Amino acid sequence: MSCYDCNRTELLRKAVAEAGRGLPAIEPGMPIPAGTGLSRRSFLLRSSGLAFAVFGGSAFLSPPAVEAAIESATPGRILVSVFLSGGADTLSVLFPAGDPLYHQFRPVLGLDPTGATALAEDTRLYWHPSTASLATLHAEGKVTVLPAVGYDHPDKSHFTSRHYWEVGATDPHLRTGWLGRYLDTVNQPDNPLQGLSLDTGLQPSLATASAPVAALDSPDNYAFSDSRVANFPLEAQMLKAAGALGSAHAAGSDPALQQAGNAAKQSLHLHTQLGSFSTFNSKVTYPTSSDPFPHRLAGLAAMIQAGLPLHCVSITAPGHYDTHAGQVQPLSSGLKLTSDSLLAFQRDLEQRGLADRVLVHVWSEFGRRAQENGSQGTDHGAAGVGFLIGSRVAGGMIGQYPGLKTGLDSQGNLVPTADFRGVYSALIAQWLGGDPNRVIPNASAFAQPALLK
Amino acid sequence: MASVPVYAQPFGVAQAQRLLWRAGFGPKAGDARALAAKGLDGAVDSLLSPPAYVATGPDPTDRGFPIAPADAAGHDHLWWLDRMVRGNQPLVERMTLIWHDWFATSQQKVASQSLMLNQNQTLRTGALGSFQDLLLNLTKDPAMLLWLDGVKNTNRAPNENYGREMMELFTLGWSNGYTETDVREQARSLTGWRANAALSPSPSNFYFDVRLHDTGTKTVFGQSGNYDWQGACTLCLQHPNHPAYFVQKLWSYFVPTAPDAATQAGLVALYANGYQVAPVVRAILRHPDLYDGARMVKQPVVYTAGLMRALGRGVDGMIWTQLDTQSGQRLFWPPDVSGWDMSRWLDTATFRARWFLAANALASVPVDQTASSSKPAALLARATHLFADQPLSAKTRHALLSFAAAALKSAQPAVVEGALRQLVAVSPDLLTA
Repeated sequence: MSCYDCNRTELLRKAVAEAGRGLPAIEPGMPIPAGTGLSRRSFLLRSSGLAFAVFGGSAFLSPPAVEAAIESATPGRILVSVFLSGGADTLSVLFPAGDPLYHQFRPVLGLDPTGATALAEDTRLYWHPSTASLATLHAEGKVTVLPAVGYDHPDKSHFTSRHYWEVGATDPHLRTGWLGRYLDTVNQPDNPLQGLSLDTGLQPSLATASAPVAALDSPDNYAFSDSRVANFPLEAQMLKAAGALGSAHAAGSDPALQQAGNAAKQSLHLHTQLGSFSTFNSKVTYPTSSDPFPHRLAGLAAMIQAGLPLHCVSITAPGHYDTHAGQVQPLSSGLKLTSDSLLAFQRDLEQRGLADRVLVHVWSEFGRRAQENGSQGTDHGAAGVGFLIGSRVAGGMIGQYPGLKTGLDSQGNLVPTADFRGVYSALIAQWLGGDPNRVIPNASAFAQPALLK
Repeated sequence: MASVPVYAQPFGVAQAQRLLWRAGFGPKAGDARALAAKGLDGAVDSLLSPPAYVATGPDPTDRGFPIAPADAAGHDHLWWLDRMVRGNQPLVERMTLIWHDWFATSQQKVASQSLMLNQNQTLRTGALGSFQDLLLNLTKDPAMLLWLDGVKNTNRAPNENYGREMMELFTLGWSNGYTETDVREQARSLTGWRANAALSPSPSNFYFDVRLHDTGTKTVFGQSGNYDWQGACTLCLQHPNHPAYFVQKLWSYFVPTAPDAATQAGLVALYANGYQVAPVVRAILRHPDLYDGARMVKQPVVYTAGLMRALGRGVDGMIWTQLDTQSGQRLFWPPDVSGWDMSRWLDTATFRARWFLAANALASVPVDQTASSSKPAALLARATHLFADQPLSAKTRHALLSFAAAALKSAQPAVVEGALRQLVAVSPDLLTA
């Protein structure tokens, strides 16, 4: 445990000890956590919704729950799930120009390797020019490549295959997400930030049975006053009342009232947790875009540094990857903004001294057909491309590129050489420190690759 | 023939309110009482056979000017929201919304509000007609042809985008009686639609070109023939799994729990007799589960239109497009071809957006300072009355009365009444129906 961890745990304990006695005095000798740029008092207020909620005398917290939450709220590892929606074309992202059959399958869409960066581990493969930022990180040993990840008997439906990836099983009826089920096993009952969708709504992979989770559109704005609409002089009391009302219904039996009640209750928690986290600065320059992705990543790095108790985070990447027709331009622009933003995020984490705590998993619901269609696009395929990014990842490859000669299934799609459930199980066991058997159905059936350095 | 159970308990104001929320956009003041007076059958039939379209109330505006739905970004949303608020055909409008979700097409790729509005009118015209007509009309609809690459699908280069979704989402359900080979063969049957890209995206620039149609024999669901796009639709409609899928999916828009076996069989029998939508909807709207069963979270646009109807206010700016989008539902921009996820509307991000929706709706209805009372119960009664007297649960009443009692110690009654209105509007009771 680092010194930072010790300090933070101590501060949180202090916060609990002060519960019911108002805000703690700033005592001499209490260290200010390194690198936060905050005064001790504002750190206490910002760093943990737990502390803040306790100071507010929240009726939602019971002391044992607080203690348990604090035990597990020491700055731990964070998993960031980044989704490329629509089925990204594996054979363009890491294009196999060194495979003699590549240009037969891709007579129009085939990319030219001249000037492109070959993948060191398999020089048949080249980085798509728009993923140069990922190639840069890969050269530093900070990217693990999954050139053909999927599952047996692949489903060609976006919604079904995406659902499988979201729930962590090939089960169309499962209603909780794989990250949600993991969070249920380590649940901090009063910490919606433990599972955060930086998105307009909650990502299904974070759907839990019981643990509170949150969706946050913009990391630096969760105010309930807004320049566009009328504000209320009694806002603080009203939010408390809305939360209390929500709690009353969250405990009821009607599922719709439960959903509404939980949303209200967790909104109040989140509002309290975020406290004064309303502005942030990044020393790293992120791409400028109308898409919120780079801003969300920049905010995420700042939230982590502010000590907010995040654990599993999901974000949708920019771009439209369901490229049935005219795929060259949309694929390039989506990949470029995604890759450049992820590079900036990694640099930001490094600059803030947080890079050892964060691992990014990039995935898509499937790849695309090896044979291009006549619309300068590609139809739904099987094995997809994935990446693990971060200072702690092992680098190299998980699975292999199966090749176009013998690596296609009867429908002409790449066969998977790694199973996503094995990757999930490894993330739970090796990165999050959890028990995959409690999260992934039949987890032991899937080989778990070694993920970390 | 199996018959569908019918709700046999008294049909009062509470039942009429639920019907207005499930089959429309909620009551205006007095609507529920008037509908209850018609009795169950009279109420349902009045929704199914509305008078000619009339819009009552102020025309929609943006910054004080008339809206331009075909041209100005976001005005398409305002245009449709206005029909939901002011129109006198709530079920037709609600069915149009259902078909928009069922045949979910997005401006994101179509990139023509005029083609999207054109499709919207096709959905509205066929809202309570024959599903066969709807399917045929949507298969050749210009916005759909762009959205699912129908215009890219030719005999030389089949594109399976539409062929897959017409089975998976529109007619049969995922993996419900078709194979990957059927997907590819359907794509061949659907070849031949073109768009003249050099011209403006008007419907007249979309046409069927027989030279690009695959005239060979296709084998779909084990049957072989020289099918074209109409044949592809017919094969889906005649598939033995289609009627059950159709009635289950339609039912799910009105009732949150699955129909029992007898109900399902009865609905299938009603539907299989000519693919007519209205008899199935009529049976669902008279079903006991609609009145006795669990509540549903209101979709964002239903919630917004309902607030406006109750408050007697109109659509007056892009803020409504923005806030519905923030709530998770921008009309004409469903998240993908499977439509919106109706099971997860509310989370911490979208609850906040509903807070803003309510605040913005209430801003135009100032509290009457002189009539405000210093008694919590009287204040709550006034706040509730504002929303067409939708009933509150005991839990909610209890929490709001405690809030009011505490707030009155330091704030003026009118300020507390304003706060109560907002809290009623975002209560679990009013977020659901």
